[in-house]
Amino acid sequence: MSVKQISVFLENRPGALRNMTGVLAQRGIDMRAFSLAETSDFGIARVIVDDVFTTTTILRDAGFIHSVSPVLAVALSDTPGGLDTVLGILEEAGVNVEYMYAFLGGQRGGAYMIFKVADEKAAAAALTAGKIRLVDQEELSQL
Amino acid sequence: MERYYQPEIETASREQIKAWQDERLVQQVRHVWDHVPYYRKKMEDQGLTLDDIRSSDDLYKLPFLSKADLREAYPYGLVGVPLKECVRIQSTSGTTGKRVVAFYTQADIDLWEDCCARAIVAAGGTDEDVCQVSYGYGLFTGGPGLNGGSHKVGCLTIPTSSGNTERQIMFIRDLSATILCCTPSYAAYIGETMKEMGLTPEEIPLKAGIFGAEAWSEEMRRDIEKTLGIKAYDIYGLTELSGPGVSFECSAQTGMHINEDHFIAEIIDPDTGETLPDGTEGELVFTSITKRAFPLLRYRTRDICVLSREKCPCGRTHVKMSKPRGRSDDMLIIRGVNVFPSQIETVLLNQGYPANYQIIVDRVNHSDTLDVQVEMTPEMFTDNLGEISRRQKELTDGLRSMLGIGAKVTLVAPKSIVRSEGKAVRVIDKRKI
Repeated sequence: MSVKQISVFLENRPGALRNMTGVLAQRGIDMRAFSLAETSDFGIARVIVDDVFTTTTILRDAGFIHSVSPVLAVALSDTPGGLDTVLGILEEAGVNVEYMYAFLGGQRGGAYMIFKVADEKAAAAALTAGKIRLVDQEELSQL
Repeated sequence: MERYYQPEIETASREQIKAWQDERLVQQVRHVWDHVPYYRKKMEDQGLTLDDIRSSDDLYKLPFLSKADLREAYPYGLVGVPLKECVRIQSTSGTTGKRVVAFYTQADIDLWEDCCARAIVAAGGTDEDVCQVSYGYGLFTGGPGLNGGSHKVGCLTIPTSSGNTERQIMFIRDLSATILCCTPSYAAYIGETMKEMGLTPEEIPLKAGIFGAEAWSEEMRRDIEKTLGIKAYDIYGLTELSGPGVSFECSAQTGMHINEDHFIAEIIDPDTGETLPDGTEGELVFTSITKRAFPLLRYRTRDICVLSREKCPCGRTHVKMSKPRGRSDDMLIIRGVNVFPSQIETVLLNQGYPANYQIIVDRVNHSDTLDVQVEMTPEMFTDNLGEISRRQKELTDGLRSMLGIGAKVTLVAPKSIVRSEGKAVRVIDKRKI
């Protein structure tokens, strides 16, 4: 039940991120979710897109170093305590969260969260048992 | 079975080599005394006459020449024959200042090409080989020298010169080049490009490479050998002395044999000028004993290395010099510590980084800063920031233990460091002192 996240290596300097978004914009890639992690001299842009194959091909041709890794996309109830419930389930299952970021669900609305966890299979099982809805790659592209 | 281009010279007894050097040095000093007033004055200033130089044992008495002398005497001050006897000039790349112009008679070119031919045969070359010379042609000695040597050996010579890497690769493949001559950084670039094209070492017809004109590490040699599927040989030379081929590597790959029938090598203490015994590290000094147009005596190369007269398994008897630890012109003094770019390269390659790097030295608040920029590779990249930072720290620690001073490591985007087709620009020194 995981979705694919593309991580792109970027230098930490003015224009580096724009270079990447420029290439994707030119080729009509629609980003569902986006997050940036950085150190003082480099950063990693993490993106969720509809078409992973096309996007990675574009990135490779443009000379960007990138990798693809599985993450969980979780549909949250947009009410107080929504995130807390999810984290509670993960804590109980003993799953460590490496990082996470939120995004909104386009025309259909709703709040979503991307979780990068150490063991996504265990996390997915625990969340499903806890009645938390996970979004798959196909549903993601319909948002 | 080791093969030689000039076996009677290359495997001559030590006594024979000494006899050649004694006789030729005395002749050369007389030639210089008679025809190069600039040097004669240096000798006279030290109270020397021709009688003081009776054999190579008296070499230490002679005054040194340095690059500063070459600049001062520019352009004709050190020329030893009438210009009508000269047939060519070559010039340095000017990487360390003003260009130096060297002159050649036809005989000087002949002996230079012999030296290059010895290097090609030592690398396994025969008249069956196809030798691609991807050193620059023109004022730079690399192209003309190896081109002449390749002709002498009888190889089919492809004079591609440097640049246009796609065309280089096309010729290597279409004409089945077996020997490649160029700078090591260009060899690495050609290898990298072939790898990107999906070529495996088995699909590349090359079997040997003769790489010189810049300092390179053992690790870089292994890298090039692996990518291109060849044996990589080092070659050494200076335009001031002729060009490539002053010394060259044999199959043992443990140092470069100096062509002692043409050049006498000494190691001196760079600070005192005192001659040091074999096996001691110091500055390499050459005396040219056969060239007539540009006859340099005791020329200080600024290269730091060691000489060894241990018996070589290849059968050659000429003295071997170690790979220069770095041209003292390349040496950086950072926070009072001597740093050679080759040391940084060793650490990078040992830790699996590419040979594409750049060293940026600057001065911030009166203190020197050293920034090593390395390109990120797909193999090294992971989504895990902690893992990348850990590797970055490992590299910083490795550099600190090699250099004795701290360096900042910056990971940069692939292909962001400019590739070189000739001598690589490794160091950018922004300090204004």
